[in-house]
Amino acid sequence: MTALPHTTAKKLGLVIDLDICVGCHACVINCKEWNTSNYGAPLSDMDAYGSNPVGTFLNRIHTYEVKSDDKIAQTVHFPKSCLHCEDAPCVTVCPTGASYKRVEDGIVLVNESDCIGCGLCAWACPYGARELDAAEGVMKKCTLCVDRIYNENLPEIDREPACVRTCPANARHFGDFADPDSNVSQMSAERGGMQLMPQQDTKPVNRYLPPRPKADIQTDGDIDILAPFLEPVAETPKGLLGWLDKALEAL
Amino acid sequence: MHPAASVIIFTSLSGLGFGLLFFLGLGKPDVSGWSAFAFFFIAYALAVGGLLASTFHLGNPQRAMKAFSQWRTSWLSREGVVAVAALLIMGLYAALVIFADLRIAPLGWLGSVLSILAVYCTSMIYAQLKTVPRWNMGTTPILFLLYALSGGALLSAQLHIALLLLAILTIVQILSWMRGDLSFALAGHNIETATGLGHLGKVRLLEAPHSGENYLTREMVHIIGRKHSFKLRAIAALCLGVIPVALLGLFQIGHMSVLLIIALHVIGLFISRWLFFAEAEHVVGLYYDKR
Repeated sequence: MTALPHTTAKKLGLVIDLDICVGCHACVINCKEWNTSNYGAPLSDMDAYGSNPVGTFLNRIHTYEVKSDDKIAQTVHFPKSCLHCEDAPCVTVCPTGASYKRVEDGIVLVNESDCIGCGLCAWACPYGARELDAAEGVMKKCTLCVDRIYNENLPEIDREPACVRTCPANARHFGDFADPDSNVSQMSAERGGMQLMPQQDTKPVNRYLPPRPKADIQTDGDIDILAPFLEPVAETPKGLLGWLDKALEAL
Repeated sequence: MHPAASVIIFTSLSGLGFGLLFFLGLGKPDVSGWSAFAFFFIAYALAVGGLLASTFHLGNPQRAMKAFSQWRTSWLSREGVVAVAALLIMGLYAALVIFADLRIAPLGWLGSVLSILAVYCTSMIYAQLKTVPRWNMGTTPILFLLYALSGGALLSAQLHIALLLLAILTIVQILSWMRGDLSFALAGHNIETATGLGHLGKVRLLEAPHSGENYLTREMVHIIGRKHSFKLRAIAALCLGVIPVALLGLFQIGHMSVLLIIALHVIGLFISRWLFFAEAEHVVGLYYDKR
């Protein structure tokens, strides 16, 4: 049934640190690899080697430039995947009951054998977290790697979502937001973890840590602080070059 | 939003069909035998044809029956349930009228209520979406109901009612276009609020996640069609309401001229429904720095 549970025992989700993410897209690739070769329909690519390739991804990284009038512009890499909202609008609009939110851990999932591929849940999601697979005609979304996190066939260190496991910068963290002492709850509390688009009243579980304030570099109008160190070493040429220099000046 | 032909045809035709069924259920026009058959045939062709068209955009239409199960939460499911109930009740009512010349008025009234409820459910599929501020307005269900009722009045040749409804529809449609132009800004969304980075400065997209398109940009970000939206709105308003109202008000209308008015109205309906999708902006476009 596509009614949302009133509460969930756990609230599993991600903390994504916008200060640390370097935009390498490793999480995108590992997500695609894991979710193509494991649970559910593979994430297909269409026209992969042609002129207009498109494919299904559960995790996409946008890169933004942020510029205020008095400061140097900064780049923010912005990974975006399902936020496993407490009031997930994608679940309640589903006509078949294929979309559901798990009572035990709050993960939002799609039962692919019930999905008719109407696309309404993707319309209802403000974050673009759901994509209809063009080959299978069913809705794909982040499962929080439900087939990894409880998988006792994997070494314990690998029992976290593929994106978190692979991130070389440690910008992604996985944990239980229902527990105030968990790594993700504490990190979020310390750094002012934010929800995306709170006006949409979806109550997302995932939190984004905003970029830390950048150190103010005093530049006295000269933007390049390294320039003084790069002045030419030889002020006046000597020898043959000196003679050439003088001769050419005189011309 | 991408204006998919199947959805435009579905909402337009099924709306007309259920609008006609609404009037037939009330016994307007009071016909029986073959002439009743003709009216009911047109109504069913439109309503059922529209519903079938809606299945064309499904990824797995063979499982469509499952869509009747979630009526407690889903407007799409409610629409399916109510539409089928309306068609069944009206089918029984129509069979008795056509073959037995027997009109069970309360059965017709029930069918009429269900028919109009089906249109309301269709409208709520769109009106419920907070993600599309232009749809998330009170005028959306009012417009869908007015389109169904005025089209139904035209098709059932209730010309006085049609004149009144078409006039109201035209005014409400124009007002709702104007209000809709403000809706995205009023909802308070922009790229700074979407990314939560507004406190750091002005935000712009430096690099998109992928060099090409994806499902989201194809489905939710539709910019091309909006170029001519003002002209299309003018043409739609003239066809769906202004000219039909003028013709109905000024001239004595016979059977053939009603057909002309219906044709004009349907052209206007299709254009306005196309605009309903093409002009609708989804908030996810903000992450792509596009609307």
